[in-house]
Amino acid sequence: MSGPFRLDGGAVDRSRTLAFRFDGRSLTGHPGDTLASALLANGVRLVGRSFKYHRPRGVFTAGSEEPNALVELRSDAHREPNTRATVTELFDGLEAWSQNYRGSLRRDLLAVNDLIAPFLSAGFYYKTFMWPKSFWEKVYEPAIRASAGLGRLSGEADPDSYDKGFLHCDLLIVGAGPAGLAAALAAGRGGARVILADEDFVMGGRLTAETHEVNGRSGADWAAEAVRELASMDRVRLLPRTTVTGAWDHGIYGALERRTDHLAGSNGKPRQILWRIYSRRAILAAGATERPIAFGGNDRPGVMLAGAVRAYANRFAVGAGKRVGLFTNNDDGWRTAADLARKGVSVAAVIDVRDREPAAEVPGARIVTGGRVTATRGRHGLKGVTLANGERLALDCLAVSGGWNPNVHLTCHHGGRPVWREEIAAFAPGDGRPGGMAVAGAAGGAFTTAAALAEGHRAAVEALGGLGLSAAAGEPPGASDEAVEAAPFWHVRESRGRAWLDLQNDVTVKDVEQAHREGFRSVEHLKRYTTLGMATDQGKTANVGALAIMAEQTGRSIAETGTTMFRPPYTPVPIGAFAGRSRGREFQPSRLTPSHDWAARRGAVFVEAGLWLRAQWFPQAGETHWRQSVDREVRQTRGSVGICDVTTLGKIDIQGRDAQEFLNRIYSNGFATLAVGKVRYGLMLREDGMAYDDGTTARLGETHFVMTTTTVNAVLVFRNMEFARQCLWPGLDVHLISATEQWAQFAVAGPNSRALLRKVVDPEHDISNEAFPFMACGEVGVCGGAPGRLFRISFSGELAYEVAVPARYGEALMEALMAAGEEFGAVAYGTEALGVMRVEKGHAAANELNGQTTARMLGMQRMVSKRKDCIGNVLSERPEMNRGDGLELMGFRPVDRSEPLAAGAHFLAPGAEAVTENDEGWMTSVAWSPELGHSIGLGFIRNGHARIGETVRAWDGVRGRDVAVEIVPAHFLDPDGERLRG
Amino acid sequence: MLIDHPLLGPRDEAEFVILGDAGLIDRPDWQAEDAAQLFHDYLHLRDNPAGEHRELWFHEQGDRSWLVVTRNTLTHEIVRVELARDVAIARGRDR
Repeated sequence: MSGPFRLDGGAVDRSRTLAFRFDGRSLTGHPGDTLASALLANGVRLVGRSFKYHRPRGVFTAGSEEPNALVELRSDAHREPNTRATVTELFDGLEAWSQNYRGSLRRDLLAVNDLIAPFLSAGFYYKTFMWPKSFWEKVYEPAIRASAGLGRLSGEADPDSYDKGFLHCDLLIVGAGPAGLAAALAAGRGGARVILADEDFVMGGRLTAETHEVNGRSGADWAAEAVRELASMDRVRLLPRTTVTGAWDHGIYGALERRTDHLAGSNGKPRQILWRIYSRRAILAAGATERPIAFGGNDRPGVMLAGAVRAYANRFAVGAGKRVGLFTNNDDGWRTAADLARKGVSVAAVIDVRDREPAAEVPGARIVTGGRVTATRGRHGLKGVTLANGERLALDCLAVSGGWNPNVHLTCHHGGRPVWREEIAAFAPGDGRPGGMAVAGAAGGAFTTAAALAEGHRAAVEALGGLGLSAAAGEPPGASDEAVEAAPFWHVRESRGRAWLDLQNDVTVKDVEQAHREGFRSVEHLKRYTTLGMATDQGKTANVGALAIMAEQTGRSIAETGTTMFRPPYTPVPIGAFAGRSRGREFQPSRLTPSHDWAARRGAVFVEAGLWLRAQWFPQAGETHWRQSVDREVRQTRGSVGICDVTTLGKIDIQGRDAQEFLNRIYSNGFATLAVGKVRYGLMLREDGMAYDDGTTARLGETHFVMTTTTVNAVLVFRNMEFARQCLWPGLDVHLISATEQWAQFAVAGPNSRALLRKVVDPEHDISNEAFPFMACGEVGVCGGAPGRLFRISFSGELAYEVAVPARYGEALMEALMAAGEEFGAVAYGTEALGVMRVEKGHAAANELNGQTTARMLGMQRMVSKRKDCIGNVLSERPEMNRGDGLELMGFRPVDRSEPLAAGAHFLAPGAEAVTENDEGWMTSVAWSPELGHSIGLGFIRNGHARIGETVRAWDGVRGRDVAVEIVPAHFLDPDGERLRG
Repeated sequence: MLIDHPLLGPRDEAEFVILGDAGLIDRPDWQAEDAAQLFHDYLHLRDNPAGEHRELWFHEQGDRSWLVVTRNTLTHEIVRVELARDVAIARGRDR
């Protein structure tokens, strides 16, 4: 026996004792216990403080709806705040701390809030923290933040791992109570693929907590036998410790499985798995949640839900008190009294609000029909209650039952609204349920065991029949219909003191009445004004009671008052489970270039370009600043030769008899005349006429082309080309495939590039300037027969080539190129040097092709053909896009050459005020040019070509700079292109 | 959502990219008198029905088919899935 409140029987394993600590105190329990049941067994009643008033609170429920018993579980980085003790399985060495107090749990300094409670009622924040305005940031917010929130985060990275997975089934059954088990048996015996998920670690639902009989034996035994049979079926998957948290479209459900939370450590295994379950049909058998009755002081530790008190006694063998009272409006509450009496717990009184004959005999109990509890006493735990007739009873536990609410949540996830059913005094599933979902048992308002078993069986037969599958025929398991009659009763009007509705967020009957007085009468307003149902429990035990009180206030029925929406998740899902393995470096995949390892060995600094990691520069010994590395790479490339991995550019292989015609419609400039063995630069427009991508396309054969796109737009360009191919011109004979990852490609740039490549390209290929001039291309052998492609194209403005080989040869080619270049002092260069050289040449890149620019702005108006159909040409002729005084891409250099420039600066006339009306354009890209020895920039400025030589200001309000710059042509080096043609 | 691909069977929504109204198949004639107006309407004027909507979806993480998916925007019910190429040909698009 562990603990003074432990009873006989139950489903705990007394052969083993588990040691655990709560607030540093050493206690023991048994396998089968939850933290809550073990605490109650040890007589621990005060387990936490409430959110707002810091009232002492104890265990209130025995399930996931728990509003009070939230603890910080585990220590250090494993600490998890706001863990519900009622669903935390006890394990040996468990450590938990109560939360939400300052000082000690018993002497919480913030309990002063309770004394000033009259000032802290609904709307308190909105009314109080309005003035003086300046107090908000300095005083109010820090104070509120310091006292708000429940448990504390560890502040450290989560050391556990999480997984995601996918499951498929014919029938998903949510909940393994009598309805769920009956459904699973019928479907499983018929051979269907079934998934049965339940949030508890023992399947059986209320059967584990009740003394009902099924098929003539105890419900718990029947459930255990049913689970054994289901476990033996190949096509049935049991998911205990799994909460189905949401219903998505087309039979897709989200579920969180807690794999190692019941163990001392995860031992390297995933702690939790977020499942995406694809089901053809689903049965919601999620049961019902008991609701309390509001009366004065009903939040004291020891006031609990009657069904929970019964579960603790029957399943966990724990008496929630030594002298228990019952307060109920329904027959089910009486069952708690009967079960407790049978277990030997002293039942001191049964108070039924209904004025009628007692529903059961309870030996030794004071029976009060038509009774009301109006007040409670006991500082840290219940000591007694007062009835409306003035009678005072000594009690250490009051079990309260206000009836049961069907767990309709998942039926509402597609916007369905529950409907009020007067005969059960509860909201039941309405229309608008997710497609393919049936509801069985208490979740649908059928509260008796017999009805649950029958409905579960029938729902499975119907679901599988609809799929053309067979379910086992025959009879559902048998049970008797127990008495479940209830009279709606929400709160005791004669109450003395505050009567709580939402225990976690401290919302009382008075708050709802006040919300009504102040005009916040719709359920959505009520919720937000009072914070009703907005805590971690989402008001599972609170909402309906509060709606009923609002209905009383307004004189409308509960049906007319309605409920707020239910949205996923049903219970909280850790962010870690949503993230799964996608954390840190693995947040998204990294694409590595073929020379990545080679570059890493050389100490390259990498930069993200979309998903790619590209070498940004290659620091050498003695270089302490990135500019030193980049300047050297640029100088050496322009002075001799440099090599850059450009594999990341999108590559699209285009083949077919109509491939050329297709390209002619994709690019705005003409491709009809491109000869075999030639490359052409192409500009792409969106259909609205704006420029969006550029690149080169090489014609390798009559019907074979290879296109390059920018790195960032590779996916989009391919998508758009497939759209054009399939949807616009399905009659063209053309086929596309992405070859970005299949080909490694390197730029070899600089005056010695030809000499270098002569050593790498196989000797039978003539790559002289005459035989292989600027914009030539061809298939070549490299390094003695490896298949390759050579393109004479230049982004740097130098004599340059790009050479491609199948990706598996990429790293070897990089090494071969560097070895061949050794005599020339070849350097590897990264994206920074690439960027410097393209700015020096005035080539547009992503900064200029940002989706807001036109061909005309880029100086490429002649590249938009008016003589052919191509994407974007019609709308590129809109007048506003062709204004003579529009923005034009120009170069800029500082008048004082020592001044640095900054991208993002706006151009203003000298002396003009820095306001939008005076804006003349903006700087898009800047670089420090090693060749010129000063900063240079590219940018768009109005009417730029007519203003060459003019001085304007590059005004940068963000960085607080204002630099005089001269407008120059965008080509800073070799404007006639002599180098690249040499 | 699940999209019942005409060639591949039911595939998860996550494999697709949506473009929008299937009217984008009906690209106007660039040589029409009022081509600018026609292209303006083609590109910018779309219905946004609360109910059945014919939409273009691209099976980007799959076989790269463009599909015309008829989907109820209120319920996400998908009543028909066709290859966009077939739809385009049926609507007279060719070369």
